Amino acid sequence: MRVDEKDPGLYDFRPWRDRAPIRWPGGKTCAVWISPNLEYYEIDPPINPHRKSWPQIHPDVVGYGHRDYGNRVGHWRMADLMSKHGFPGSVSLSVALCQHIPEVVADAEARGWEFFSHGIYNTRYSYGMDEAQERAMIEDAIHTVREATGQTIRGWLAPALTHTPRTLDLIAEYGLTYTCDLYHDDQPGPVKVASGRLMSMPYSLEVNDHYGFFVYNMSPRDYADVLIRQFDRLAAEGEASGTVMCIPLHAYLIGQPHRIGAFEEVLRHIAADGRAWITTAGEIADHFLSTGAYAAAEADAARYGAGAEA
Amino acid sequence: MTLDPACLEYSRRHHGMDHDLYPYSSLFARPDVLWPGDKKIAVGVLVSLEWFPIVPGKAPFKAPGHMQTAYPDYRHYTSREYGTRVGFYRLLDAFAARSIRASIAVNAAIAERYPSIIADIIAAGHEIVAHSTDMDGTIDSTLPETEERAIIRAARDTLAAATGTVPCGWLSIARQQSWNTPRLLVEEGFAYACDWVNDELPYIQSTAAGPLVAVPFNHELSDRQIITVEQHSAESYVEQMQDACNWLAGEAQSRMLPLHVTPYIMGLPFRMAAFETLLDWLVARGDCAFLAGAELAAPFLQGLKP
Repeated sequence: MRVDEKDPGLYDFRPWRDRAPIRWPGGKTCAVWISPNLEYYEIDPPINPHRKSWPQIHPDVVGYGHRDYGNRVGHWRMADLMSKHGFPGSVSLSVALCQHIPEVVADAEARGWEFFSHGIYNTRYSYGMDEAQERAMIEDAIHTVREATGQTIRGWLAPALTHTPRTLDLIAEYGLTYTCDLYHDDQPGPVKVASGRLMSMPYSLEVNDHYGFFVYNMSPRDYADVLIRQFDRLAAEGEASGTVMCIPLHAYLIGQPHRIGAFEEVLRHIAADGRAWITTAGEIADHFLSTGAYAAAEADAARYGAGAEA
Repeated sequence: MTLDPACLEYSRRHHGMDHDLYPYSSLFARPDVLWPGDKKIAVGVLVSLEWFPIVPGKAPFKAPGHMQTAYPDYRHYTSREYGTRVGFYRLLDAFAARSIRASIAVNAAIAERYPSIIADIIAAGHEIVAHSTDMDGTIDSTLPETEERAIIRAARDTLAAATGTVPCGWLSIARQQSWNTPRLLVEEGFAYACDWVNDELPYIQSTAAGPLVAVPFNHELSDRQIITVEQHSAESYVEQMQDACNWLAGEAQSRMLPLHVTPYIMGLPFRMAAFETLLDWLVARGDCAFLAGAELAAPFLQGLKP
């Protein structure tokens, strides 16, 4: 990125109209991927001077216990429901979960889910890291997931959404192909990095269960309605050019007994609709990178001037 | 810029939890629990009965619901008192009409100030859970151990004197504990605590002084969370609790549904009818046993006996 400039230079402008169309496999119009955040929050993490981990003095019993509920209760309930309706997970993983609770990681792997990195712990932040420290974190994530699951991670969602100006360059250099940290589009697109090739994978804050329940204070049924409306719109617009809908989840939120039933209606709706390509982030990335869509998006951007030549 | 290397040390990164209070356990990998009457769902009704001094003390943190305005904060002082004088009696009547046994988490100050309330609770057959001294009696790790122990003892002894029974259950204010709390509770004779929200069934916590049963009254299902924090209506609260109950009933094993309510929240005239509808609905199902905290903890305490 362009450090300290007004425009960070992450990508070129491309308006929603006038793009080379994306065609998903099987004539589907909306690629739907679910991203369970499988996380480990520490009870007594060291304090990063740029961000506090817990609102209460350690141990923050409710904060910690709430997250721990996700691994003891919520994950299993959420994962069974996803499997029942044919939805794989693309896991945003606190990689230390591989050490702490390998049962949850093994369960996700056994279901055929794929993993990308969400940092070491969700109580450790990238803010303030120098390059060597950030490289060590990225290398740790790659090695830990490979050792625990045999998978090579291809994507990155920054731990607790904390970045440095060099994060995107580094993950591209290490061979990762997508970032979930940019929220500028409902389609994948090129990201400008110093070396290698990186694409943005549409994730979502607005339909993230955390935002739904604790930013917008939605009831479980209201949140389910929002997801259904999000899908219906993206599936309709995707007739012209394929769209992406991500459903980012946290087992400690969606796995609650008062919420999971309403969420099942969402899965039922999307699975029955017929327009959804129910898939993973990795398959979306493969498709985007292997069918010429990445180059076509760059060509689209080249028609729109200033941002293109940076 | 370089981050303090201490922020990049991972000394507790190993198999299992990053503390010794309890081991990891999946809810779905445990033996089933048998509730009295072989009911599928144990409904735990927990009522927080709180007294807020109008002059807040220098507590470790300010309790949820405490005074907000410049002194004198009549609006919050009296709104909380409304719950104790009026709302709580609506709840007592609602429970009595349906023969529901509840747990009442009581600040010791309630027993000192309003002994007739304690008599009414005992006459109705409800369990009394110790809930600190008053709403200044908050606990966190900045509180010296001697002061924390004094709070726990004062709450226990005041309630024991008022009721003739030593309480065996504990609820911390805002469920917040210090590193010492579970051990101190065991040392002071408590069998269970309601602070931890990481599970849907009671489980054993280990302390240097012995075991303590954690009875999880999930804050996510409380009236404070759903109505006060998330700003939903009482009718939406009822729908959410019914959805929760239906879901739990559909799972293979026995489950627990926590109903944690607050007199100054749920006991208001415009909310009570909805809450009574929920109680009627739960009773009519026929698969719910209304159990007090000690009864919820009992199967897990028995498991500890040699």
